[in-house]
Amino acid sequence: MVSVMEIYQLLPKTNCKKCGLPTCMAFAVGLLGREKTIEDCTPLVEEPKYEKKLEGLRELLAPILSADATETGMIIHTEKCYGCGNCVVACPVNVANDPKGTAIGRGPVSGKAILIVEDGVVKCVNVDQCRRFGPEKVLCSACIVTCPSKAIEFI
Amino acid sequence: MAFCTGCSLLCDDIEVDFEGGKIGRTMNLCRKGRGHYDSLCVDRLAPTVDGSEVGIDDAVSKAAEVLAGAENLLLFGWGNSTLAAQKVGVEMAKKLGCVIDDPSSYSQGLITETILKGELPTCTFDDVRNFADVSIYWGDDPSSSHPRHLSRFSYFPRGEKRQRGYEEDREAIVIDVRKSPTAEIAADGFFKIPPGGDGDFMGALMATLGGKIPKVEDKKKMLNLGTKLRKSKFGVIFTGLGLAHSVKGELDEFVSLVGKLNELTRFSVIPSLGDYNTRGFNQTLFDETGHVDRVSFKDGVNHGPEFGIAKYLDACDAVMVVGSDPAAVLPASLARKLAKIPMVAVNSHRTFTTDAAKVTVPIAVAGLEAGGSALRTDGVKVEFDAVVKSDYLPDVEVIERIMEAV
Ligand code: SF4
Ligand code: SF4
Ligand code: SF4
Ligand code: SF4
Repeated sequence: MVSVMEIYQLLPKTNCKKCGLPTCMAFAVGLLGREKTIEDCTPLVEEPKYEKKLEGLRELLAPILSADATETGMIIHTEKCYGCGNCVVACPVNVANDPKGTAIGRGPVSGKAILIVEDGVVKCVNVDQCRRFGPEKVLCSACIVTCPSKAIEFI
Repeated sequence: MAFCTGCSLLCDDIEVDFEGGKIGRTMNLCRKGRGHYDSLCVDRLAPTVDGSEVGIDDAVSKAAEVLAGAENLLLFGWGNSTLAAQKVGVEMAKKLGCVIDDPSSYSQGLITETILKGELPTCTFDDVRNFADVSIYWGDDPSSSHPRHLSRFSYFPRGEKRQRGYEEDREAIVIDVRKSPTAEIAADGFFKIPPGGDGDFMGALMATLGGKIPKVEDKKKMLNLGTKLRKSKFGVIFTGLGLAHSVKGELDEFVSLVGKLNELTRFSVIPSLGDYNTRGFNQTLFDETGHVDRVSFKDGVNHGPEFGIAKYLDACDAVMVVGSDPAAVLPASLARKLAKIPMVAVNSHRTFTTDAAKVTVPIAVAGLEAGGSALRTDGVKVEFDAVVKSDYLPDVEVIERIMEAV
């Protein structure tokens, strides 16, 4: 799990406001929430003296920014996933949308499941249906606590 | 829909695309199953004699020669074979008057035999999904060995009388020597025991169920477990290698514990067996002899530890291994012994065992390249068709041809 402090340590810490935010700390929060991108901090990207920091920051944020992180902030560590389908079967949205498939332990039959197992590992589709998504999000953790290998996390 | 023969759950809801002979996109296959499917294109076995490639006909006749010349022959393996091939295998053992055994002899054979004899109650996975409210994994880590066990049957799915999901409707209890991935899921339902401590745990649980105070450190946790089990409407114990190895051939205490549970409520036992059709071989041999493994047909039917592979390697002068890799799992000293005995290996893939064999005969991968049937680890029969064309012969044909040639 990446923390705000870790990100902050890799910023210029000059509070120059070029990113549109009052402090580097605020920018770190923005980066973690993915409201901002690294490129918004122009000094960091343009000034050679920050080269090492920039490199470190890109490395730190790589998993968050990769295609694996869905808009809900879900990160699937596919290398850890067994493809066991526990999360698929336990996800409350899958249970509601796919009562004859995932709800009873089988593969999805409705096309409306949001977690599926493809090529041996779990994949998140129809993300906007996840209970953590959107303005009325709730803190669902069914796909986290059911996982034997801690392959799913949220940022 | 295709089947998966990657483990003894024999999942039947697999979707697979083939892209020019290779496996493309798959749906619902777990990672282990995906590996099994992908293996279709790697490390396939060729017909060989003394390490040199030959035609399949030559391999079969050489195999027959090795077997025919033996005084004390062992036919071993069979867990990764179709029911039809197993049947021929048992017939062959009878005909040749030799010994037949499978990996059950060093894993869960005794538990399975006790179930088949009717001395331990059992049920199907469909019963588990529909009715079970307590799942006990004893020395068993299906999350690693049978990845879809909990999601398809034993913990997460909704079922007839289990509509509200695992949080409200089911309990998972894990009894193991280490915090396995399955134990991670069970969280507070995990009971850590010392290696070999299964018998003591049974004793403590037995005392608790009998209304006594158990002699364990965490009395409260044990008493809570006792209450849970009493209140349960339908419980199931899934057994694994951990339990089998710990009880060392002495199942009486376990049988009494399950008996006690059945006085209070309803409890069944389902073993988590290794190979996809271990249960099928156990049943096939049991129907013929009343035993699930370690049988000699030399003078009538004899059964005993001396006919298990671990002991019989000392006596035998030829061995045929079918669809199993004992060289990889047996202790090194036994594996070395095995390698010194003239051996015929029948397998779809190259393994440590086939590498040590005098004669190798390749077969098709069941469920993908060849159809057939098998018993799921809960005893339910599953039939499957081939989903891809292949030049490899189905296992039953190869065993039949070898038998005819002998
Ligand atoms: S632009 Fe960069 S250095 Fe300036 S305040 Fe924002 S984060 Fe800090
Ligand atoms: S957070 Fe909840 S709703 Fe979203 S994918 Fe996970 S289990 Fe499903
Ligand atoms: S529960 Fe975990 S291991 Fe199983 S499919 Fe989901 S992410 Fe993968
Ligand atoms: S659980 Fe077993 S049978 Fe099912 S897909 Fe995985 S390996 Fe194949």
